[in-house]
Amino acid sequence: MAVSAALALAPRLRVVQRDPAAETEALLGVAGWAAQFTPGVALEFPDAVLLDAVGSLKLFGGLTSLLERLRRDLTEMGWSAELAGAPTPRGAFWLALAGKSRFIGSATEIEPALTELPVAVLRRDGETLEALEAVGVRTLGELLALPREGVARRFRQGLLGDLDRALGRLPDPRIFFVPPARFRAAIELPAEVVQAEALLFAAKRLIVQLTGFLAARSGGAQRFVFRLRHRDRAATEVSIGLVAPSRDTGHFTLLARERFSGLALGQPVREIALEVDEVVPLAGRNLGLLLEQGKPRGDWERLVERLRARLGSEAVHGIAVRSEHRPEFASTAVDSDASSLELDFGERPVWLLDRPKPLAEIGARPHHEGPLELLAGPERIESGWWDGNNVARDYFVARMQNEALVWIYRERGGGGWYLHGLFA
Amino acid sequence: MSFSFSALLDRPDIWRGDSLNRAGAPVVSSGFPALDAGLPGGGWPAGALTEILPAHEGIGELRLLGSALAELSRRGLRLAWIAPPHLPYAPALAAAGIDIAKLVIVRTASRKETLWAAEQALAANACGAVLAWLQGAKYAELRRLQIAAEGGRAPAFLFRPPETAGESSPAALRVALGTACGGLAAHVLKRRGSPLTRPILLPAMPPAVRGKNSHVDRHPTAAAAARDFPARLVHA
Repeated sequence: MAVSAALALAPRLRVVQRDPAAETEALLGVAGWAAQFTPGVALEFPDAVLLDAVGSLKLFGGLTSLLERLRRDLTEMGWSAELAGAPTPRGAFWLALAGKSRFIGSATEIEPALTELPVAVLRRDGETLEALEAVGVRTLGELLALPREGVARRFRQGLLGDLDRALGRLPDPRIFFVPPARFRAAIELPAEVVQAEALLFAAKRLIVQLTGFLAARSGGAQRFVFRLRHRDRAATEVSIGLVAPSRDTGHFTLLARERFSGLALGQPVREIALEVDEVVPLAGRNLGLLLEQGKPRGDWERLVERLRARLGSEAVHGIAVRSEHRPEFASTAVDSDASSLELDFGERPVWLLDRPKPLAEIGARPHHEGPLELLAGPERIESGWWDGNNVARDYFVARMQNEALVWIYRERGGGGWYLHGLFA
Repeated sequence: MSFSFSALLDRPDIWRGDSLNRAGAPVVSSGFPALDAGLPGGGWPAGALTEILPAHEGIGELRLLGSALAELSRRGLRLAWIAPPHLPYAPALAAAGIDIAKLVIVRTASRKETLWAAEQALAANACGAVLAWLQGAKYAELRRLQIAAEGGRAPAFLFRPPETAGESSPAALRVALGTACGGLAAHVLKRRGSPLTRPILLPAMPPAVRGKNSHVDRHPTAAAAARDFPARLVHA
């Protein structure tokens, strides 16, 4: 039908150019996701993916549960799909093309099932289909009923060859799809999105595809990047790092949600892409033979990732002791789980002030909310002349009027008193 | 029909007002025998919220927890410190016996973030203990934390200002900290079981100070307890 005729019928029709490159990319994406179910994935361009699933049925809990999983994931990725199964790849492909959701297990059932299908599933040019219709052939059954030599002469050997392969009379070898080493997928948004949270819907579709891809490679991702493309500005990059590699859809979605909710978008987003450069091997998890006593401990890495996704990666850290005499440098922020030195310092407070606080000196005694009573000290610390942060201090443990203990020092050489820490 | 009164009392769903030992409720020993005796089950409750209300900062609120935290970290469990008011100082914590490799500091920018982070840390059930410093929490917010804590098995310590002592709270245990006779005095404001009216005196002084602290030595109870107590536990 011409575009003008279609518009006459439906004036509000939106006409979109078909984009074969995007279709191919989408098909490759689905194939990459499908590779998690079987290593035997073949492509039938432009719109079908074939899975050699017989060997995987047991692993995925039987045909019904495998189909359920396929349907759920495909819906989450935003595709509508026809699923069909047969002992021959072409037979399954034709059943799906005809929109018959049938799953044939035995070779004897395939012929009766295929004979009902319309000849359109042969995917021949219009001329061939018209010629078939002219001789009164509408279904594959009617085509098979014709004398073979006549069909071969009239429509060339290829047509009969396809039929024979579908029925299992001829071998039908396929070249299996090899998933790429890196993951990259993109979704062009149907409308420009201004609110970052609205991106999550599209992000979820990409994440399902990613986790399928990772499962196919028995790997996980330690870092993934969302690239949000704008119309006329450089893309916004949202990089999400993980403490340990993972391929959990729910966890990835949660992290993406936390990051997107705190994102300020300067410009509307046209396209969202998800990229993973490195796939890290990730072993499957074995369940314990005996049930652990009590409530199981939760997943620490996930907690840290969730906290970092919302609060920022530098907001969660560990601390470690450094070999350094100056108190302000003896404790340092590190990534959690870093090993620490074991050094013996003198009496040290639990809280160290970011910056020493000057104290008043009244009647030769330091004051902090009242006069301070010196309990221990002095401990002399002189260090750091070589890097410009020279300190020369006498430290004391002092008691405040309200009985709190504080760590104070006096600058050597007649300097003032400073509060440096609290013994909590 | 014979009827045994003692058999009835043995039922786990019968609660006796004078009993503090609730069977099955796990606890983490505080390291202070005097305090453990006053806490239901004999220690800090695991899987429940404990509020610590120091009369002012630096009074000894962390010395109070030092032994329990050291024990948990030695078991290889993580200690999450959420929104601490100052920089926790690694040498002091290491000296208190805490494995500081197990310590994780979470910095937050707002009260809302602190609540969120504390709830996440409790709900994840991945920590040995969760410590959070919270300013001005509402009852409903504390209730959320208490429920999150009940889902896990870590003790949750919440540091709150002393003014909140009069407010009602869903926490399982509330301890106000003051000083008495130069030592630390713990007032148990609320516990599961019969109320405790007298403060518990604790010998919780840094070792360098203890010798010079005449008040502590003059007080018989505190001094006796200090002698019984291994020095390692009184650091922090």
